[in-house]
Amino acid sequence: MGPHHPSTHGVFRMDVKLDGETVVDLKPVFGYLHRNHEKLAEDMSYLASMPFTDRLDYFNSMTNNWAYALAAEQLVEIEVPERAEYLRVIMAELTRLVNHVSLVGFFVNDLGALGTPLLYAFREREKILDLFEQASGARMMCNYFRFGGLRCDVPEGWLDRAREVTDRFPKFLDEYEQLLCENEIILSRTQGIGKLSRELAISAGITGPMLRASGVAYDLRKVDKYGIYDRFKFRVPYGEEGDCYDRFMVRMLEMRESIQILKQALADIPEGDIMGKAPRVFKPKPAEVYGRIEGPKGELGFYLIADGTPKPYRYRVRPPSLINLTVLRDMCLGQKIADAVVILGSIDIVLGEVDR
Amino acid sequence: MSEISHEPLLKEFSDAHWDEAACAVIVPEGKARAVAEWLLEQGVDYCSNVTGVDYLESEVKEKINNEAGEEETVTRTEPGRIDVVYHLYSMRDQTGPLVIKQRTSRENAQVESLTPLWRSCELQEREVFDLFGVDFKGHPDQRRILMWDEFEGHPMRKDFVEPFDYEWEPTPHDEILEKHKKGKVIV
Amino acid sequence: MVEGSADLEMTTQNISPGMDLDDKTRAELERAGVIVTRVDFLYNWSRSNSVWPLTFGLACCAIEMIASATSRFDMSRFGSEVFRPTPRQADLMIVSGTVTKKMAPQVVRIYNQMPEPKWIIAMGACAISGGPFKQGYNVLKGIDRYLPVDVYLPGCPPRPEAVLQSLNYLQNKINDQDIKADPAFTKGRRQYPVPEFTGTDLEPPYNPEVWSPPENPNGEPVVPPKKTAA
Repeated sequence: MGPHHPSTHGVFRMDVKLDGETVVDLKPVFGYLHRNHEKLAEDMSYLASMPFTDRLDYFNSMTNNWAYALAAEQLVEIEVPERAEYLRVIMAELTRLVNHVSLVGFFVNDLGALGTPLLYAFREREKILDLFEQASGARMMCNYFRFGGLRCDVPEGWLDRAREVTDRFPKFLDEYEQLLCENEIILSRTQGIGKLSRELAISAGITGPMLRASGVAYDLRKVDKYGIYDRFKFRVPYGEEGDCYDRFMVRMLEMRESIQILKQALADIPEGDIMGKAPRVFKPKPAEVYGRIEGPKGELGFYLIADGTPKPYRYRVRPPSLINLTVLRDMCLGQKIADAVVILGSIDIVLGEVDR
Repeated sequence: MSEISHEPLLKEFSDAHWDEAACAVIVPEGKARAVAEWLLEQGVDYCSNVTGVDYLESEVKEKINNEAGEEETVTRTEPGRIDVVYHLYSMRDQTGPLVIKQRTSRENAQVESLTPLWRSCELQEREVFDLFGVDFKGHPDQRRILMWDEFEGHPMRKDFVEPFDYEWEPTPHDEILEKHKKGKVIV
Repeated sequence: MVEGSADLEMTTQNISPGMDLDDKTRAELERAGVIVTRVDFLYNWSRSNSVWPLTFGLACCAIEMIASATSRFDMSRFGSEVFRPTPRQADLMIVSGTVTKKMAPQVVRIYNQMPEPKWIIAMGACAISGGPFKQGYNVLKGIDRYLPVDVYLPGCPPRPEAVLQSLNYLQNKINDQDIKADPAFTKGRRQYPVPEFTGTDLEPPYNPEVWSPPENPNGEPVVPPKKTAA
């Protein structure tokens, strides 16, 4: 199957061995979008890599920016101003909404509901992308974060518009849940399909909603408390079975929690600077850092080795999508071929990140 | 979140040593599996990140005290090496990170695979094999992952030469013009 | 028909084989409810308004391509309704995103499978030239090295509006096609050689039929360096 396959998420190939319709062996094949991100980044200054991080996981450019900024801020200690921290949280949670909403659309698309749910999802996505565009100037590749803050403040009236979008979003979620969550076809196609046990999930380094669907309430927003996440009240939804339905539902519930965070952040956001005192020439002392955040797809980490020059000596992205694919084979064995597509959809991969 | 202390590890394995600059434990050759097993027992159940780092042969200037007790600057050649870096966390105790490194030479790069202990290493070690050319002993399925199978060389190594792509800078200047004058390839 | 019948009699006499009507006469005829047209025009008109793109996403741009088909931008307003998953039923390939060297043979293969007439839109900086990833060792520096591109759509990624505009350009291009001279009709199905993997690069590195290496400032074509014996 693949690399050009209508239901795969990008150019991803699976060598599937079948017995009738049952999967007996499966080997994922990667590398069709290997764009040498790491090699390129080692040949340019720290800040110049920032736009490239947008293109890693092209749904979530804001969180990618944040992870990279977080790692780089560890290299030279920069204080991030209050307002910037709040805006970062707002952007990250909006990104999470964008990601989950498109994922759910694609996932239902994989189930065979061609079109309609995806159109609904993209309708909501456009509203959030408008916000991104007003703030950063670009719909998808925002390139909005800087070491020590943000590139520019949000325009006047942006916060009100963000509040409006946030207030309206639950209505859409209600509609969506009504449409999908108790749909008989979705239940029978996803429940008990592609089970992932708790032990295997931990051992295989699965992160993000997929891990939580397997019953481990491990959320870096709670564990690491990076940024200012310790100031917000939110719950971490987790599943029990670890099947496709749980993964789907965890994401639906996470969107509601994101809205909770957004509401709190939009209510408390202070006035002030958005850029900390960052050195003009970013030339850190030799050090090794690893910065990670809870991206919408899982733990997104950046491992940087500085050697005292303006270029990183080693630049490594820990891609959640790639590592979540480790268990694809385990989950698909013994299932039907049509379910393999559903399982792949429920993992939520983006090839820009898998292959980098 | 609190860091995992490296001291018990150093106590248990006396030949492992702590690299202060990198904040990492350098695991002695051939003992990585044992160290990993011990760590797993301690509840370090989550291996987040695996990657390689290539160090070319370099000349290091350092100050030493010679026999007469005087300070002297000596240039010595640091041999090239490849580090395989593991970032470990504990999901059980919600602690971390602990960084361990396996060191190997560039010419005959070979380390122990930790995939049997942490499944998350599987694809990442394959990636390190592909891009750095490190042979992982005991890896269940060691193939190229990102490049095609026929590919020769390991692109993430610092001395990798990129293929000629018929590229031309439309307005060559500075460094690139210099290179062109010298007749070097411009990519 | 009643009003314009006199005009009709007058103009039909003017039509001789191989001669086209001028626009004014045609407009008058249309007002009279008679459409006089050329096969070319009718053929191109129907083709340009029923472009069937291939569902073929490579990278970031694919998301914008999908967005341009969804409700806000709604590509189907411009006559490009159905995204086809199989190349056998599609006639427009939107190369949306970075073409890596590992992917290039598959792209060419898919193109070869498409029936004539077929067009290509190179969407995004990466598909045009490699874009921001140009220096990468695994990135193909533009899909036009292997395939003939009809419309170049710059941007990283291009906005959905730009996708719509590129579709309009393509439609204009289709409308101008001469069906007697167009290679799509004279040569049969165009098929291009599929590059193969070698130890370092693709072989051949480009298709001389559609692309030739650029010239350096001295006016010489850029050639690969001679291999020195190791």
